[in-house]
Amino acid sequence: MSCEPWQCAEIAATKKANPITKPEVAVAMIKKAAHPILVVGSNATERYMEGRPLIEFLIDFANASKIPVVATAHMVGEFLKRGYEPADFMSAMDIGNRLVDPEWQGIDGKGHPDLALFVGLPYYMEALILSGLKHFAPDLKTMTIDNMYHPHASWSFPNGTLEDWGNSLKVMTTKFRC
Amino acid sequence: MTSKNVHIKIGEMKTSIGHIKNLELSIGKVVDDSWSEPMGPTPMPGLTTLRDWDMKLLNKYKPFYMPDCDLCCLCTYGKCDLTAGKRGACGLDIGAQSSRIVLLACSIGAATHTGHARHVVDHLIEKYGRRYPLDVGGLNVKVEAPVTRLVTGIKPETLGDLDEVLEYCEKQITHLLSVAHTGQEASNLDFESKALHAGRVDQVGMEVADIAQISTFHFPKADPEAPLIEMGIGTVDTSKPVIMCIGHNVVPSVGIIDYMKDNNLADKLEVVGLCCTAIDNTRYFNRGKIVGPISWQLRFIRGGFADVVVLDEQCVRADASLEAERVKAPVIAASEKNCIGFKNRTNDPADEIVADLVSGKVPGVLILDPEKVGEVAVKVAQKIAPIRKKMNVLPSLDEIKALAKTCRQCNLCQRNCPQDLNIPAALKAAAEGNLAPLTDLYESCIGCGRCEQACPVKLEIHSFIVKAGEKFMLEEKNFCRAGRGAVQDVEIRSVGGPIVLGEIPGILAVVGCANYPHGGKDVYDICREFALRRFIVMTSGCSAMSAGSYKNAEGKTLYEEFSGDFAAGGVLNVGSCVSNPHIAGAAIKVANIFAKRNLRGNYEEIADYIHNRVGAVGLAWGAYSQKAASIASGFWSLGVPVLVGPHGSKYRRMLLGRADKKEDWEVYDARTGDKVNVGPAPEHLFQTVETKEEAMVAIAKLCIRPNDTWKGRSIKLSHYVDLHKRLYGTMPKDLHLFIRTMADVPMTMKDEFTKILEAKDWKETVIPDPTLLSRMVRKMKE
Repeated sequence: MSCEPWQCAEIAATKKANPITKPEVAVAMIKKAAHPILVVGSNATERYMEGRPLIEFLIDFANASKIPVVATAHMVGEFLKRGYEPADFMSAMDIGNRLVDPEWQGIDGKGHPDLALFVGLPYYMEALILSGLKHFAPDLKTMTIDNMYHPHASWSFPNGTLEDWGNSLKVMTTKFRC
Repeated sequence: MTSKNVHIKIGEMKTSIGHIKNLELSIGKVVDDSWSEPMGPTPMPGLTTLRDWDMKLLNKYKPFYMPDCDLCCLCTYGKCDLTAGKRGACGLDIGAQSSRIVLLACSIGAATHTGHARHVVDHLIEKYGRRYPLDVGGLNVKVEAPVTRLVTGIKPETLGDLDEVLEYCEKQITHLLSVAHTGQEASNLDFESKALHAGRVDQVGMEVADIAQISTFHFPKADPEAPLIEMGIGTVDTSKPVIMCIGHNVVPSVGIIDYMKDNNLADKLEVVGLCCTAIDNTRYFNRGKIVGPISWQLRFIRGGFADVVVLDEQCVRADASLEAERVKAPVIAASEKNCIGFKNRTNDPADEIVADLVSGKVPGVLILDPEKVGEVAVKVAQKIAPIRKKMNVLPSLDEIKALAKTCRQCNLCQRNCPQDLNIPAALKAAAEGNLAPLTDLYESCIGCGRCEQACPVKLEIHSFIVKAGEKFMLEEKNFCRAGRGAVQDVEIRSVGGPIVLGEIPGILAVVGCANYPHGGKDVYDICREFALRRFIVMTSGCSAMSAGSYKNAEGKTLYEEFSGDFAAGGVLNVGSCVSNPHIAGAAIKVANIFAKRNLRGNYEEIADYIHNRVGAVGLAWGAYSQKAASIASGFWSLGVPVLVGPHGSKYRRMLLGRADKKEDWEVYDARTGDKVNVGPAPEHLFQTVETKEEAMVAIAKLCIRPNDTWKGRSIKLSHYVDLHKRLYGTMPKDLHLFIRTMADVPMTMKDEFTKILEAKDWKETVIPDPTLLSRMVRKMKE
């Protein structure tokens, strides 16, 4: 487990993410949020753990946590295929752009998100969006639940193996079910 | 035609009216203005001339910044930490700093194309004279330089006229670059406006370069049936000496090809190219071959195919000469912008240079005379080919298996790979004797070689991948249509109406470099999808190559399957990077030839027309360079949306509309002066998309324009909905924003639409004569 950026050159961050050492810590922080959202990118169907695609872990997690999902790219169809309807879908740039707008009232119109979780975007794209949010959405907290350390997030898991990642997602799901 | 630097000197003259002695008259410029079109309001715009237009666009499509770095390191006050609202020692904040970086990228791009144009034009003036006439399409192309006419107000007729156009560009680029100096600008939007100006200037510089070379080198002149060119490593006859040209500037390659022709050697050697030089070589010499896009430099050099490597300018790997040295292939640097540390041998006798290169006394030379480049390259290739016998540095498959056992599985290769390729797993499998996972990486690898730089045990991972994929590499035998150049005026007349009314659903321009997320197949798939849907598909540069690098079920490449006409269902390669203005030019000519709008120095009106009426969208799926940034900026400035693939997010700034903000989408109805809400059409000006599927849906949507007739809108929506349902598995959620009257609804989808519109409390509205410019309103309401 390392808190170096997954892509080695992604180092130019003076304000770096606090590492999430245990999935239980992530759950505790998520539970404190009033309006969290979960942004799921196109790698959700390309990364596998225990022979299952990431998206299946995320559906379990979203069902348990009740966090509204925003699917980017063409992921909405992948969710629907698996019987889960995301709260919204739009491009990764669009959701980033809305999150930096303090007047935006969220996908349900009930208030600007106070926590945005990201997972499954191409690493460099996710890094850039998180950077944009760090600079231009000062009141927003961000968290990645990938297995790659993202310095521009508020909180990030360290670099970890697929096995660690699968376990973390399952623990988080279980904790929300409790 | 304009004459420059006219000198009249009279020693002594006696006439009935007097006696003149020692009269000397010097005139800077004589302007022959026989062009009857009246001059518009903004000829040769300066930095702020079109600022109001820029601000209209930037207000509609606000920048979304994603800084790559929290710091500014550009002056000695710094480094300054600009995180989250902090200002640096100069007072700049991260928003302005981000836009400053955009301006820098666009200025570098514009300077590069304009510098390229300057070299080409100076060389051609020296060779053919200032009065050499421009001809880009004979009688088929009367509007020879639409971008130049539009921006500068100049109608160039000769090579000499282009000199004046370039002087304008050079002046603007100097000013633009100066704006990036510390303490020159404070507002992010003003930086952005200047980035748009850089794009305008860039389009002019590119157009100058291309019309000069088309006219003098007799490239295909607006020819839909430009020849099909062999493409791919598998097409190269390696029994012959091979000269490989890399870069963008065709002038040294012309020297090579001319020397071969003059000495009856045209079929005795292979001249192949990588990147835009390849495209332009084959516009000049249809026996030239395109090896592939920019990202294949290492692949081809290490594979030992080239006997001589000729490097000109732009996008040339800085280590290309070092790699060539490894395979004992001499290098000729042929551009003053890319001297590579070699000794300048321009004035030495050719045979002396040849002897030094063949003997290995020197690994490379700098030659700035293109004719001498030709002679030296050909002679060296002939002499060295039998000596080097296509020596390569690729390991054998057994060596790969053995070397892979030394891999420490540290993951640094993957963590340095832009594609995040799972190289460690492939190496592990290779160590166990299974090379299939390495072979699988071949298509996605962009050939940057960062994996090798990171490897602590110095494994040549890129070479492993190339060797494992060698079978595919050697089977690459495809076709690319030679760059046709401009679109004919008559073609514009034929399709201008259907484009503006929306009945041709859109123009898709697939341009730019090869920094693809998953290989070039996505480019082929996207082009084919939209050609089958009867869009007009235009290509250029490395994307034009990738589009032609795959085949359909019948074994036909894209350029064999579809015609090269500027017509519904056509797939036309306009040419190299500097040919991109033919794409912008086609949109401009729709406004000029079809809609009879004046072009001359009339930028704002024409851009407003294009933005509201011409359903064009650019896709730079693998854009990587500063030049790609400036090319995109030239399209933004015309109001044409541009999509980039996921790596394009590293341009760090998007220009995004907000479909959820109704107030952002009002235009004037030029008939009445009423403000009419036209919905988010087009929704964005610059957007990164993650996947091929997302790109396809976005392209269909971004072709929607306020001016679409109900029939045109209905056609466009049917494509948008069809792609959305197929690729997203559901109906679009924003359809109500694009329906103005029930006639807009595609006939076969009436029931589905009706339910959606009822749920959204939709109200009918009018189809306006749309404009963002109040001055275009014909009758303003009291």
